[in-house]
Amino acid sequence: MNTAPPLIEVRHLKTYFGKPDRPVRAVDGVSFTIQAGETLGLVGESGSGKSTIGRSVLRLVERTAGQVLYRGQDLGALRAEPMRRLRSKLQIIFQDPYASLNPKMRISAVLAEALATHGLATGPGERDTRIAELLELVGLRPEHARRFPHEFSGGQRQRIGIARALAVEPEFIVADEPLSALDVSIQSQVINLLADLRERLGLTLLFISHDLDVVEYLCDRVVVLYLGKVMEVARTDELFEHALHPYTRALLAARPVPDPNVKTRHAALTGDIPSPMDPPSGCVFRTRCPYAIDACAQQVPSLDEVAPGRWLACIRRDAILMKAPA
Amino acid sequence: MSLPRLTVRNLSTSFPTEDGLVRSVADVSFTIAPGKTTALVGESGSGKSVTSLTLMRLLPKTAQAQVSGEAAFVTREGRTVDLLQLHEASMRRLRGNQVSMIFQEPMTSLNPVLTIGEQIAEGVRLHLGLGRAAALAHARRMLDLVEIPAAAQRVHEYPHQLSGGMRQRVMIALAMACEPTLLIADEPTTALDVTIQAQILALMRRLQAETGMSLLFITHNLGVVAHHADDVVVLYAGRVVESAPVRDLFAEPWHPYTQGLLACLPGQARRAGQPKPRRLFAIRGQVSSPLSPPPGCAFEPRCNHAEAACRGAMPALVPAPAPAGNERQARCVRAVAKLQQAALARGVAPRAKPAVWSAKVPR
Repeated sequence: MNTAPPLIEVRHLKTYFGKPDRPVRAVDGVSFTIQAGETLGLVGESGSGKSTIGRSVLRLVERTAGQVLYRGQDLGALRAEPMRRLRSKLQIIFQDPYASLNPKMRISAVLAEALATHGLATGPGERDTRIAELLELVGLRPEHARRFPHEFSGGQRQRIGIARALAVEPEFIVADEPLSALDVSIQSQVINLLADLRERLGLTLLFISHDLDVVEYLCDRVVVLYLGKVMEVARTDELFEHALHPYTRALLAARPVPDPNVKTRHAALTGDIPSPMDPPSGCVFRTRCPYAIDACAQQVPSLDEVAPGRWLACIRRDAILMKAPA
Repeated sequence: MSLPRLTVRNLSTSFPTEDGLVRSVADVSFTIAPGKTTALVGESGSGKSVTSLTLMRLLPKTAQAQVSGEAAFVTREGRTVDLLQLHEASMRRLRGNQVSMIFQEPMTSLNPVLTIGEQIAEGVRLHLGLGRAAALAHARRMLDLVEIPAAAQRVHEYPHQLSGGMRQRVMIALAMACEPTLLIADEPTTALDVTIQAQILALMRRLQAETGMSLLFITHNLGVVAHHADDVVVLYAGRVVESAPVRDLFAEPWHPYTQGLLACLPGQARRAGQPKPRRLFAIRGQVSSPLSPPPGCAFEPRCNHAEAACRGAMPALVPAPAPAGNERQARCVRAVAKLQQAALARGVAPRAKPAVWSAKVPR
């Protein structure tokens, strides 16, 4: 299945912030690929580096080391102008629909700006037609173009954010927690919209979320992050049926199932996520890991392919595999 | 069945605005038994936070809230007082003492310029009359109780030195310092990561078991409700649309809104053991503006089962006759038939549990 070259390939990506002598290692050597048409989920808790990865991939923050290849081309090596032209292919949907729309711009102006930036739909008649088309595509009405952001609810604003990303006909979209600011009943509307658009437009998505239920529903494959490092990569069905990494298992066990008859497994993790300024030696998860042994502090576990398409960074895999899956 | 710790009857809170009166909470009633947890569930604008702030009498004066109804609270001494009618001075003696509250945002609800020890000690000195040193020692014990490591050192730290989960533990320590008999927790884990959420919920459950306090748990997270509530009250647009014991509610939600809320969870889509459905169930549209509520049922514009009768007038909240303490209610013209059925079934034979618990979901 992975014979075609990937649309996006991330190689040993590192993004550090702050002073070089004591950096915050937000992303610390992350690699993954995304095939065309695929939806890849990035999951992890706050501070795991998932948003920073999304932004580094699009060069909205500059990476410290590593490469991001789009159709084999290193985005980091591009100069400003060719990168700007490429941006029409690479878009992002932001988390907070309240903060990501300019309150002083009508929706028509928000969408027209995106079109004008990339020289699309240039005639005035053509532009208005395209704006109406985009609004309909995301389930809004053409007359909404005249309104300002404050006249919309959170769910509608998120639809506008999606329309803005789609305006320039992208191939690849980073969706950075696009649902977390929305109410449950609105979330499912937006999930359906994303799934429809993905199918109709053949989009490739990097879907960043802390909500495992949403990831399970929308994503083909999942990358599990902890403190800037990849813990596990697997097909969604495999990951949710049989998680290998102790962190993935803890994440799955911690999500509350909306059924009072399903007993929660109290494999709750103790302690907090360590500071990315001062990560633990060896495996970054070892301070909270129920399987940790002395050796975990000595060496950084490599991310190994333990089965086709299945990657795991844990030196205790034998001990974990011996036990029945959690 | 002992007397409920808190009995809220016909609580309404309205705010005058330039565009007219907004009824944020309308005619809300519920009870919380001693040592039990009642969950208030709803989305943004459902009135769940306004309910808690009204009960705590913490709405700002400038909001000019118009409050009516009754909130009968049974004090430690066994007296029944109406939280809404108490003099401010008496309310102040209860608040933070017998009734206390945890807020959603642990960062903004702690004072950044006081150490956490001082903040916990403040309430202890006021309500328990302890001296400074004794209050600080009490604060240290509270930090131990909420499982904060190195409490002796942490007690002198400031909120910014703690992580989000630790801050929420401090909030709990603060709220629990005077051993309240009623704790109101307004989305206490919403700002936290799942693994931290699990820790905080386990802690709250342990403390509740140890102290026997009652808990009013305000949340939008049905997963949390399923595992931590005894009774559930579902709010929509400021009104109770359904209330039931937790198992009954999840086994068979009666109100179309509750049914929809459960059905639209992406996790529910998977649990049938079938391949993923092509589309998730979605409740269409959005909550109507509180300034122009629909004439009939507030949920009618979004309801797949709406009929002419729904548009006429707000349906009443109909109770199902049931054994005491196990009562269900729903505000839906369609649910009435179901309620009558249930009553009939109970009249004939003792209520049998269905063999398989499965949410009946409209498609």
